Amino acid sequence: MSKEEFIRVDGRKPDELRKYSINAGILKNADGSAEIRLGKNWIVVGVYGPKEHFPKFEALQDRAIINCRYHMAPYSTTERKSPKPSRREIELSKVIRTALEQAVILEKFPEMSIDIFIEVLQAEGSTRVASITAASVALAEAGIPLRDMVVGCSAGKVSGKIVVDVGEEEDKEGEADLPIAIMPNLKRVVLLQMDGKLTHEEFKEAFEKALAGALELYEEQKRALKGLIEKMSEIPSEGDGNEQGV
Amino acid sequence: MSKEYKGKTLSEILRMEQARNFLGKGMREDGRELTQYRPIDIKVGTIEKAFGSATVYLGDTIVVTGVNFEIGTPFTDSPDSAILLVEGEILPTASFEAEAGPPDEYEIEMSRVVDRSLRESGIIDFKKYVIVPGEAVLKIFVDFNILNDDGNIIDAAVIGAVAALATAEMPDLDYIRENLENVNNNNIKEVPRKPFQIEEVPIANTIAMYGDKMFVDPTASEEEVADALITYTHLSTGEICSIQLLKGSLSYEDVFKALDLAYEKSIEIRNILRERGIISG
Repeated sequence: MSKEEFIRVDGRKPDELRKYSINAGILKNADGSAEIRLGKNWIVVGVYGPKEHFPKFEALQDRAIINCRYHMAPYSTTERKSPKPSRREIELSKVIRTALEQAVILEKFPEMSIDIFIEVLQAEGSTRVASITAASVALAEAGIPLRDMVVGCSAGKVSGKIVVDVGEEEDKEGEADLPIAIMPNLKRVVLLQMDGKLTHEEFKEAFEKALAGALELYEEQKRALKGLIEKMSEIPSEGDGNEQGV
Repeated sequence: MSKEYKGKTLSEILRMEQARNFLGKGMREDGRELTQYRPIDIKVGTIEKAFGSATVYLGDTIVVTGVNFEIGTPFTDSPDSAILLVEGEILPTASFEAEAGPPDEYEIEMSRVVDRSLRESGIIDFKKYVIVPGEAVLKIFVDFNILNDDGNIIDAAVIGAVAALATAEMPDLDYIRENLENVNNNNIKEVPRKPFQIEEVPIANTIAMYGDKMFVDPTASEEEVADALITYTHLSTGEICSIQLLKGSLSYEDVFKALDLAYEKSIEIRNILRERGIISG
């Protein structure tokens, strides 16, 4: 067997993402919402706003404030997780927020705030990047102006091989984990973390693999938003049943 | 108020404007080169009550680190592995913005980046510090405090943690094993000591961007005005053990340019630690 045919714990090839799907507009009450499934990951995002920021003295005169909470449900992990926010969740809420802040045109909404609630219902590795990917779709669905979409993917080193979209097993056993998020059209990195051990060459290879994975997921984000528009056009228009869509 | 100036004192706003003016011209407010660190002073053994300690002065930034050892129960998923706990706090003395109370998200992020820089580096051989397999292991505490925050606290905190661990003395585990009945966490400081052995030296280097200018060791006001901040931690082998984009965004090319600059600077800091006799080799 050649090196190219290295097979991963779950049977994937090194460049293969887990099965994924994104759906937009899944929560009726939210201004924008989306869910992502990536392997066994199931993450739901609800966006509320822009709305007037409270308390008022904290509001910014020149831009909106983003509140972001990344939260894992107690039943999302093998060992029950305490519902109380952990230090990990606080850190991830911060890095996800700063990643999304790069894309949202905050200056359009002075004195206002936008709430982004990320609920990880089932976790199977790489949840932070999947959360960003879904949150970006939810922001777009809310009609919040964005400079670009934000899409994330991870790469890692497992049994000496660089692989894309690190699963839970691989993250535990693996030598390194590299989650990234990008703005695919502006070609900018908005989230970058790494822990483990990588040489500079391995880092480059992992970065490129994560980038390619993110670009693949970007197509799914677009499909989800197009799907939403198609769904909207299916709503029968009032009156004379004209053929015009939206 | 705009986001940038909200809650800031007038002198801080002026310092930010000054940093902006200088960086725009490719210069620093304190006259340094873009790729130059501020003077680093490392004093070890500054807290006599701890098993290991260090005070690091990086320009006007001051970090105090204490290392302590306790006997602990291992985690069920790693019964033959010592435990490392790293926690950092920015004290209310550190700046006009610092507040007492539970750590905010920036402090938690800082502390977790320092934690990962140590944990993933192999600085500690966790297998070496098992007292009774599955029952008792060494619990290693690295606690650091920022006394004065003039920026780049992660780089300074990692230097402090390395210096405190490298010069720490630990309780003799053989003695503890022979006297298991009598030794507990209340009298562990009276147990005969041995030098603590570190296996690797991680060095964290934060790179800042202002427009297209890339620079190292940002001061607090330079951090405020920077478009991006990213920290890379390197090992003596040249491998990377931790990365964190702390602020802003980077182009794909700049991720690698900053990586190279961080590596170059890690060698410099490593040499300083060697010259001062804090680490060997």
